[in-house]
Amino acid sequence: MSTFSDSALTAFQLITSLDPGLWTIAGRSLGVSATACLMGCAIGIALGAYLGVSRFSGRAMVLTVLNTFLALPSVVVGLVIYLLLSRTGPLGFLGWLFSFKAMLLAQVVLVVPVAAALSRQVVEDVDAAHGEQWRSLGAGNFVRCVLLAWNERFALLTVVVACFGRAISEVGAVMIVGGNIEGFTRVMTTAIALETSKGDLPLALALGIVLLAIVGFLNLLLALFRHWQDRHQQSKPTSLRGWVT
Amino acid sequence: MTHLISLKQVSLKLGHVQALSDVSLTIDAGEHVALIGANGSGKSTLLRVLNGLHSVSEGQLQLATCRQAMLFQRPHMLRTDSLTNVTLGLWLDRSLGLRWHQAKARALEALSVVGLSGVKLQNAATLSGGQQQRLALARAWAKEPELLFLDEPTASLDPPAKREIEALVQQMIAPKDDPHPMTLIFASHNLGQVKRWASRVIYLEQGRILADLPTADFFNSECLKQHSQQAFLFLQGETS
Repeated sequence: MSTFSDSALTAFQLITSLDPGLWTIAGRSLGVSATACLMGCAIGIALGAYLGVSRFSGRAMVLTVLNTFLALPSVVVGLVIYLLLSRTGPLGFLGWLFSFKAMLLAQVVLVVPVAAALSRQVVEDVDAAHGEQWRSLGAGNFVRCVLLAWNERFALLTVVVACFGRAISEVGAVMIVGGNIEGFTRVMTTAIALETSKGDLPLALALGIVLLAIVGFLNLLLALFRHWQDRHQQSKPTSLRGWVT
Repeated sequence: MTHLISLKQVSLKLGHVQALSDVSLTIDAGEHVALIGANGSGKSTLLRVLNGLHSVSEGQLQLATCRQAMLFQRPHMLRTDSLTNVTLGLWLDRSLGLRWHQAKARALEALSVVGLSGVKLQNAATLSGGQQQRLALARAWAKEPELLFLDEPTASLDPPAKREIEALVQQMIAPKDDPHPMTLIFASHNLGQVKRWASRVIYLEQGRILADLPTADFFNSECLKQHSQQAFLFLQGETS
């Protein structure tokens, strides 16, 4: 019990004292995960939306593979990327191993299947209900996936948050490809793993509390945004004008 | 004479369900055809086949090149303003070849025709069911269709909204000096609507056409009884 109270106190002190070590690690975690989330979601949502509206032979196989990748163990992703980026690997010439880019790549690989599978379901549901109306108006697969994904943007925002959660809470892959180098590739999760192995449980738990606080804060922002959208939906419609010329 | 639509022994299977069986019919330009029948009889499926939304499994479908529009029972509107929804509907139809600003100008005119100019900047997804159906009608009207498909357009509306939609459709299909009058094909459970709009009634049961008669003959009990006992029983059930 004292470990928990000590941890809470340590977390509070770390946060309020603006501990530079903590904020550097937190900043790096956010940087890697937010960038990976944006890149992974851009790829995954586009892929998922297209799979949601299109029908082709072999689609069932693609969906099975995609759903299998949802359960992709992060250490396996880390290992594969390690092998690809290692000096003797096919991508070794990039020199990315034990760098920010390697961690980014690993997290993008983890995020893409989540974004694709969840957004595929969202878009497929709305396409099943209303897709034929848009087909009747002349919208082909590409236009339909763009329109329906845009229409379901609030549901897809939840997908983005889920992806961010997957990225920021991941430890195995970034540990393997980043190397947990202090001041360079150490992020929240690898720092927690390290402090735990050193036996500094209060500090490890404090870092965990900080991590949880960051994710909680982002979810709160999302909830406030959705609440604001709901209130303003009638009076301020979102325009499509920007992307249609 | 070339027909606008010609179906020869068309069959369609949707999954394990035989949605249409051996359907043959011709429809000429300017006809107003009602498709009636119980739920699951194939009315909506036939409309979708004619609109090109389903490909037939067997048989031949010939459709003359013409501008088409289709109204669904529950129209889907994007979460953006009404004007953009109508503009997008026009812009997507590549056969019209309209640029965005041209489509928008026509959409504004269409909104005025259906009496929705006042909500042109309102989020279309937040409009009432009747207003959304009027918006869908504006989207169809703006395309100046030669062939209009309606799939139970008033089935989910309250009586005042139903009257508004009926009046607007009547306005669209009313004979004008136009040498190419609009062809209307609609599915409905509303027999009053069928009498008001249709010049010909097709009765379907389990994906088959069991009666195809001029409206006056269809609603003439003796004539219908001679033609199709099933259609006669259906009509009796609907009117009793």
